[in-house]
Amino acid sequence: MRTKNTILFSFISSIFLIFLISIWKILATLQGLSIKSFNIEIIFIFGFLISLAHLGVGDRIKSIYKSIIFSSIFVFCDGYLIQKLPIWYNLGAFLILYFFTNKISKYTFIGLKEEHSTQVILFDFLTLFGILFFSFVILFPFYMMLVTSFKTQIALLVNPLDFSINFGQDIKDLFKSYFVIFKSYKFGKYIVTSTIVSVGTVIITLLFAIPAAYAVARLNFFGKTFLSTSILIIYMFPAIVLVIPLYTIFSQLGLRNSIEGLLIVYTATTLPVAIYMLQGYFKSIPKELEEAAILDKLSWFGIIAKIIIPLSIPAISSVALYVFMIAWNEFLFSLMFLDNPNSFTLSRAIQYLSGDAETPRQYLMAGSVVVTLPVLFIFVYFEKYLVSGLTAGSVKG
Amino acid sequence: MNDTLANTEKKTAYILTLPAVLLVFSIILFPIFANIWISFKEVELKDIRIPEPRAKKIVKSISDEPTKIKILYKLRNSSLIQEIREVSFQDNFPKNFEIENLDPRCTYKKQNLKCEFGNWPAKYRENFQVIIATNDGSKIDKKNLKSTKPILEGKSDNILLNTNFTLKNFKKVLFENEFVDLLLTTFYYTFFGTVGSIIFGILTAQMVNQKFYGRTFMRSVLLFPYVAPVVALAYTWELLLDPNSGTLNSLLLNYQIIETPINLLGQKYIEISFLGFDFKLRLALTTVIMFEIWRYFPLAFLFILARLQAIPKELYEAADVDGASPFQKFFNITLPQITAVISILFMIRFIWNFNKFEDVFLLTGGASGTRTLPINVYQQGFAISDIGMGSAVSIVIVVLLLMFMFFYFKLLGKRVDEN
Repeated sequence: MRTKNTILFSFISSIFLIFLISIWKILATLQGLSIKSFNIEIIFIFGFLISLAHLGVGDRIKSIYKSIIFSSIFVFCDGYLIQKLPIWYNLGAFLILYFFTNKISKYTFIGLKEEHSTQVILFDFLTLFGILFFSFVILFPFYMMLVTSFKTQIALLVNPLDFSINFGQDIKDLFKSYFVIFKSYKFGKYIVTSTIVSVGTVIITLLFAIPAAYAVARLNFFGKTFLSTSILIIYMFPAIVLVIPLYTIFSQLGLRNSIEGLLIVYTATTLPVAIYMLQGYFKSIPKELEEAAILDKLSWFGIIAKIIIPLSIPAISSVALYVFMIAWNEFLFSLMFLDNPNSFTLSRAIQYLSGDAETPRQYLMAGSVVVTLPVLFIFVYFEKYLVSGLTAGSVKG
Repeated sequence: MNDTLANTEKKTAYILTLPAVLLVFSIILFPIFANIWISFKEVELKDIRIPEPRAKKIVKSISDEPTKIKILYKLRNSSLIQEIREVSFQDNFPKNFEIENLDPRCTYKKQNLKCEFGNWPAKYRENFQVIIATNDGSKIDKKNLKSTKPILEGKSDNILLNTNFTLKNFKKVLFENEFVDLLLTTFYYTFFGTVGSIIFGILTAQMVNQKFYGRTFMRSVLLFPYVAPVVALAYTWELLLDPNSGTLNSLLLNYQIIETPINLLGQKYIEISFLGFDFKLRLALTTVIMFEIWRYFPLAFLFILARLQAIPKELYEAADVDGASPFQKFFNITLPQITAVISILFMIRFIWNFNKFEDVFLLTGGASGTRTLPINVYQQGFAISDIGMGSAVSIVIVVLLLMFMFFYFKLLGKRVDEN
């Protein structure tokens, strides 16, 4: 049992080490290093031996020294003797090995004898593996987007694997793509349009949603249940079904290519979620406050303005941020309704840019960075509000 | 007393909800009915524009005669296919002008020129000329003349409002549009996208539910694909997967994993032999599904994580006492606790993926075997300009969705009954 568990532990941990080193190798390749193979076999053997040695040495050496010794041996053999790679690569490899040996340091011969220890090991390593795998898979496209926007067309074609950015060059050259998209492609104007549309949508949606949500949450009226269920059903309704009729109607009314048209559609599509999220919050506000206000002969407007809104600032800001993000990211309707470059939103402008096969990719990526950054910034900064909102409403998409 | 209070409450409620309800009805519910209406009509993109009578006013001076001036109106029917009936024309002139050659169709009273041009067939054009002269011999101010614009009015049929209906669109959708293929592609895309995102959601939620350093950061990162604009992500992926100089292909070539680049978004099939069997994998469709999963698993993650955090700790502690293994705990405690969330997620994501347009449109434009029903709505309606057909396809989408929801709830209801 102990031998089996020992071999299994060494096997799993060395697979994990292969994964760690491979990611590091990919990142190093992208910095211009010429690494032609992952050397999976060698790393596997190393990982296996290190795991075994770790178990064998046990507590006889302090774990920090153990980690340093193992890491140094690995780096010396793999990076220096076998592959002859630069110092910074080996330094990274050393840190990875240090991390790895630290991770395996909690396993001992005694622990391996316990019941389910193989499953525990598998679970632990799967978690570690998952964290790294998902971070890599998710962040890599964003990293690529950012790096590509700082490169030149020629550099990208000569060596598509070279992601290194030369920070030594002139600021103007470094940010050239950004200067170009703002100067030649009028991105400044598109940012303004996108901002007006998104902020406008937020304001109008809140103006319509707060009273409606209050009524649904508090007042008794005929058709209330019908209204609250139809909110949810409408929310599920596919936008693609609305496109053709709205296109024809908007064409005939002359609302295409106008900010007003977009505002109307965005507000209508975000209203159901906004009402749904707000009424849930309004219901949690104690009724006694309003009863006192009614005795004071406050009108419904007064109740909403003086009691409900001040008490639900968190919910309202969560809805606002969230509607902003929907409107900012929206693509389908802006594609259908806007065909005049003067009224483009950012998303539509980037799609228009890509339609021209001659557009260099770094401009496209610079545009993508410009449209992505505000959303990610808002998201990271207000994460707490947004996550609760996301779970309550689940952004349509 | 109570009655009036209830009445005012009702009234207030209606006033408060009316603006929202009206807007949502006019932009969401009305178009759905309009869609049904259009789907039974033969309408093309060019028919949508309402024909308008138009006039371009050109002011020309006449040589040697400073008191006279020629005004040319270039009249035309804006529509190439429809006639305009009873076109009327009006223009105003400054005070001291007389018209020299009054057209028999026109009258001139109080500086106001009125004409009745009758019916204009499609593509109609006419150069309508008026010569005017000052009646007091003073000089002519051209600017003043140019500043007024003629007003034209006319009646025309709105092709959308007549009552000629046909079943042709639906016939075409079902029999001449590779409907089965379209349906299968949509189904693959929807089903695998949904299942994949839920599986990844479960994995990541299980992962983040454990304690480790940088957990909150990890939670934000996992949501990035979901909150970032689809346009940016789709083009980044396109660059990443590009066969000529995309990063992925270059990496694979560099490590000698592949010998020739793979066009992941542009190749319909790829042959795979596995254990002696030859498979044909829908390559581009698979890639698009991968993107789909990548972009939408965060939603599943968030829902499932919220549910996981609500599972009472005692359950796990009791399992520990009983000596349960991690996998036993996962299958016997965690999974049963999250089935309700998963079934809701499955429905939501299935419906939304079924209607997903942007992702496929931006990645492949519906080429190389990735044409789903929503893409077809766009292609029929805007690429082929057959609005009626596009509408019919979207009605098919709605019908299919309603069927799905019906069966899903029936199935779900049954399972709830059994439990």
